[in-house]
Amino acid sequence: MNPLLDGIAAVGRGTLGVCVVAGRLALFAVEGVSHIVRPPFYLRSFLRALVEIGFYSLPVVALTAIFTGMVLALQSATGLARFSAESAVASLVVLSVTRELGPVLGGLMVAGRVGAAMAAEIGTMRVTDQIDALNTLSTNPMKYLVAPRLLAGTVALPLLVVVADVLGVLGGFIIATLKLGFNPGVYLQNTIDFIHTDDVVSGLVKAAVFGFLVTLLGCYHGYRSRGGAQGVGSATTSAVVAASVLILAFDYVLTELFFAR
Amino acid sequence: MSCVPPKIRIRGLMKSFGDKLVLDGVDLDVMAASSMVVIGGSGTGKSVLLKCVLGLLDPDDGVIEIDGQNILKMPRRERDGVRARIGMLFQNGALFDSLAVWENVAFKLLAERKLTRADAHSHAGDYLAQVGLAASVGELSPAELSGGMQKRVALARAIAARPEILFFDEPTTGLDPIMGAVIDGLIVDCVKRLGSTAVAITHDMASARRIADRVAMLHKGRIVWEGPASALMNSGCPVVDQFTHGRREGPIQMELRR
Repeated sequence: MNPLLDGIAAVGRGTLGVCVVAGRLALFAVEGVSHIVRPPFYLRSFLRALVEIGFYSLPVVALTAIFTGMVLALQSATGLARFSAESAVASLVVLSVTRELGPVLGGLMVAGRVGAAMAAEIGTMRVTDQIDALNTLSTNPMKYLVAPRLLAGTVALPLLVVVADVLGVLGGFIIATLKLGFNPGVYLQNTIDFIHTDDVVSGLVKAAVFGFLVTLLGCYHGYRSRGGAQGVGSATTSAVVAASVLILAFDYVLTELFFAR
Repeated sequence: MSCVPPKIRIRGLMKSFGDKLVLDGVDLDVMAASSMVVIGGSGTGKSVLLKCVLGLLDPDDGVIEIDGQNILKMPRRERDGVRARIGMLFQNGALFDSLAVWENVAFKLLAERKLTRADAHSHAGDYLAQVGLAASVGELSPAELSGGMQKRVALARAIAARPEILFFDEPTTGLDPIMGAVIDGLIVDCVKRLGSTAVAITHDMASARRIADRVAMLHKGRIVWEGPASALMNSGCPVVDQFTHGRREGPIQMELRR
């Protein structure tokens, strides 16, 4: 027994394990996407997923956005006051919300709500033979269950982020004008002056990627769940944790792509 | 020996999960329009055998022929075509929770897009009637049904596409004896009406005798006895005799973890 070799072996096993999971996930994603573009299309499943992901996530995303905008205005006003730069509050709020906080917090909220539910639903279908039943009924489960959800997630999250952007800025506006004494007209003019199309578009692209990731991981962990209720519970946890971590990791990558000079 | 080729012919089927050998060279013939029941203890690989034939599991070795064609050597598209001729009643029904009962029954009809939803709804009512359920049951969700009703709906879904081959995985498990007899009667009626070839797996001896034309016993990954249902209780095979009479002593030793 050599502790050093044992340690190296453990690291090697862990690395291989990560590679195996990444490979499986990539193959799952490729297969899911391939079914989005190949008929038959399950429009009813897509619309149902779109309502589930988009419409029913609206309250939680809206509340998160408005409170985030309010806190951001309050924090930035007190922070910027140290440099006599209170006039930058409007620009800071709008850029932070559209570039970062709207898509990231929206993605995390949807990961918690939708990713978990998706993993639980598909996981339950797996352990109760419903996915095998689909196969026996001439229906490809990847096409019927996964592809519509992937597409719905990719479409729904940018729509949610548009709402989050508006409400986040509104939250900042409410605090800035009602509590901090900013002139409403000047605040709005500052907001409009500083916002560019790129800021909004980059946030929406991030949202589309995050929506895809959340649904991909929900479907993947649900689809591969085993072992009854405990397996479904583990799949749900894994889906939310993995989606949250990947959202933050991809946020960095996309920010680097969009804004690094 | 009959010179009519079997509908399903299985030879040397092997399947293991890790170190555990589950199927160790299964040989089995099922003649067209007959009912074969495979009996065996829990964990002997009966469900694995069915899943291999259905294509839900890939066997490690062996031959599975349907109408003389080895489905394991077929391209995926062709194999899907053969699979489409098979209906399956799962042990727990496996009804889709998110769909109404009528959508479950008409699922394959809707998936094949040969019918409008209105026509499929009407057909679902007909199939529900065939398993003794009112058309109004079609509007309920599966969660609102009792275990026996779920089995009936699952049977209606299995027969709705008029399959050539029907598989039944433990059709009476979890049902009281009367409901079990009702389900067995429905299975026999449906199989006769469709002229299908049926393969059921069970460890319920009463159910096996009601459904089967022939019975095969799976033990330690192999078929150790096969014969007519009338000979089941007097097979002369010590393994079958112990199993059918539920004796503790005999060649079958339960694996106990200590």
